[in-house]
Amino acid sequence: MSAVTSDSQHLRHRLAGFGRTLISPRGAVFLLLIVLLIAITVLNPSFAEPSQFVRFVQRVAPVAIVAIGQYFVIVGGEFDLSMGSVVTAQVVIAGNLIGQDESKSIPVLLFMLAFGAFVGLVNGLIVSFLKVPSFIATLGMMLALLGATLYWTGGAATGNPADGFRQIGRGGIRDLPVIGVLPWSVVILVVLLVIAIWFARRPFGRSIIALGDNPTTARYSGARTWWVKTSTFVISSLSATVAGVLLVGYAGVHPSVGRGYEFTAITAVVLGGVVLGGGRGWVVAAAAGAFALEALFTLLNFAGVPSTYRDAVQGAIIILAVAYAATTIRARRRGRALETSPAPEAKEPDPSEDPARPAPIPSTLRADNETKGGS
Amino acid sequence: MRRRFTVASAMVGAFALMTLAGCTTDPNVGSPTDETAPAEEEVEWFDQELFDKQDAERGVAPEGPEDQPWLQYINAEMVDTSAFASEGAKKACFANASISNPWRQTGWITMNQQLRVLQEAGVISEMETRDAQDSDDTQIADIDYFIDEGNCDIFIISPNSTAAMTPAVERACDTGKPVVVFDRGVQTDCPVTFIHPIGGFAWGIDTAEFLIDELEEGDKVVALRILPGVDVLEQRWAAAEKLFDEAGIEAVDYFTGADPTEIKKIISDELAKGDVQGVWMDAGDGAVAAIEAFEDAGVDYPVMTGEDEMSFLRKWKETGLTGLAPVYSNFQWRTPLLAAQKIFAGEEIPKEWVLPQSPITAGEVDQYLEANDGMPDGHYAKFGGEDLPGYPQQWQDRIIP
Repeated sequence: MSAVTSDSQHLRHRLAGFGRTLISPRGAVFLLLIVLLIAITVLNPSFAEPSQFVRFVQRVAPVAIVAIGQYFVIVGGEFDLSMGSVVTAQVVIAGNLIGQDESKSIPVLLFMLAFGAFVGLVNGLIVSFLKVPSFIATLGMMLALLGATLYWTGGAATGNPADGFRQIGRGGIRDLPVIGVLPWSVVILVVLLVIAIWFARRPFGRSIIALGDNPTTARYSGARTWWVKTSTFVISSLSATVAGVLLVGYAGVHPSVGRGYEFTAITAVVLGGVVLGGGRGWVVAAAAGAFALEALFTLLNFAGVPSTYRDAVQGAIIILAVAYAATTIRARRRGRALETSPAPEAKEPDPSEDPARPAPIPSTLRADNETKGGS
Repeated sequence: MRRRFTVASAMVGAFALMTLAGCTTDPNVGSPTDETAPAEEEVEWFDQELFDKQDAERGVAPEGPEDQPWLQYINAEMVDTSAFASEGAKKACFANASISNPWRQTGWITMNQQLRVLQEAGVISEMETRDAQDSDDTQIADIDYFIDEGNCDIFIISPNSTAAMTPAVERACDTGKPVVVFDRGVQTDCPVTFIHPIGGFAWGIDTAEFLIDELEEGDKVVALRILPGVDVLEQRWAAAEKLFDEAGIEAVDYFTGADPTEIKKIISDELAKGDVQGVWMDAGDGAVAAIEAFEDAGVDYPVMTGEDEMSFLRKWKETGLTGLAPVYSNFQWRTPLLAAQKIFAGEEIPKEWVLPQSPITAGEVDQYLEANDGMPDGHYAKFGGEDLPGYPQQWQDRIIP
């Protein structure tokens, strides 16, 4: 690409690239999200007001954060089904241990993070060393945590923790122009997303993807696979912990908080074009998948779909969206990979110029190798 | 490779369905009594005869000891139990549907304290309890276990669902031992007595009439419902929906699973759509999240009906909103054991033991808040255990037996 080529050509190239990305599997989720947001705005124009939109982002934040955590596990070739229970357990821990004593907020918060990391560590070690499939290991963890929570609470809500602690999920920076309130959840989501993007590009992040793509080559290339794998579970449990902290603020303590989050997160990640089994996917698309799911929920609320068949409508749309992503992946495989083209010209100085284009992941064999060994 | 994607899509499809059908994994689901088409839901659950009966019972002064509502009864037809009269301490077998919500937990604590009194009095030797954890299948197995191996002198059953439990209850009756059913009903009159508060329609009438009085025609009410398919809950909504409809109140209903996150999202969306003047709940669990959604949106508090759960009463008092706390009398958990005492004494008891059920009004909130000072948020104000041993510590600590 010579410097003489004009901006207009460059722009056209970018637009074409953007268009192609949108209908590509990785872009499908952004397309879906845009369609949903437009549909919501048509039904309820006030949704497009900045203050309303920020509120929307606030409530998606916990789901998106859980999806980011799940992304690392899935792209590394495993599943984490224990996330929802970790959220539930953390919510209950916050409610029971902090109580109305605000001074306990920091110690309990630290304890929750340690507990989250511990759960992830146990999951990771079981999967790595006892060779239990992650689907089963984390399912067991899910049941164990749910059982412990049930035992502790008897299955009913205890009191909410102190208001100061709940401000993390409920409050924000007030009196701002245009948006009014900037919720802390939104700030935390943005920070975590940026860290996740950065982390995914670091050598360690790439070795996670390499591990998901082909564990054998990853091992031969010198990665400490057990540690890479375990760390993905620690990341996901920590993200579930953060989500729990936000949810206890946003909504309050109830043993049903977090229920189904693991499946919502997996759905969001797959909706974002991340391949189950690992090796391929972009963390931003996974977060966008979470946004699309929540937008769908909001759309059905606004459209006034009767409560009795709301779930059915929601389920059908999700299946169609994922099926679309899956078929475009197949079509693209047969045609030619779009994603290979940016990689050779990856000398572009500004990687952020095209927000919808995934980060090149040079450490893996890019060209959709059919010989892939990882399952 | 291709197979992988097919498998992946199928798995995600399954995940999505499991997630979205979340309510079916919810422990409280009871199978609907008959096949229901969603569109006919209101027709299905609305029962004019029962509606009129419960509407009338609301106005009846109950008979029985004045300061012991758990022994009062409304419009009772008494039955003779002298055939069961017997000396000595008896073994009670209790097949419980679950203790998975704060209402059942509160009642369960009260029941255990009542048991202690009767054990000391030498009426009951022991009570063996099986918790079905919201599963019909488990409860059927529990009842059959009691019949075969329980060595029970009396069966106490709190059914998980109406239709599914009927045959098992009939089998228990066939043993010739007394059977006491309470809370949710069964479709047989073989039990000696069926104990329950007035019912779901009365709840619906009390709450809907309150909202209709406080609101104008054309105002909007958001109805937050726990889950579909449980008769006591469906009847609450069936009655309220009918009255809202007649009064020209716009009411939209949602299933929340009592999840405060869902509740908050629903209210936020409704507030983004337009003004909401009223909130109706079929159970108070999660009421605080609903109120907080109004606070966070910076709009006026709605007129609201919750339940006599402490969290709602406290938030009601704190915010000063216009509210009503309907009551599904929690003290009914004492009655089955006291009924057992009467049965073994051969005393007359009501065949259908309808306990009083009256909402807590704005004028009574202070009194109930004061009486239950120090109780946890999940406690129910009308738990009726003030005269039992261990009061108030047992309920304050809320250690589930």
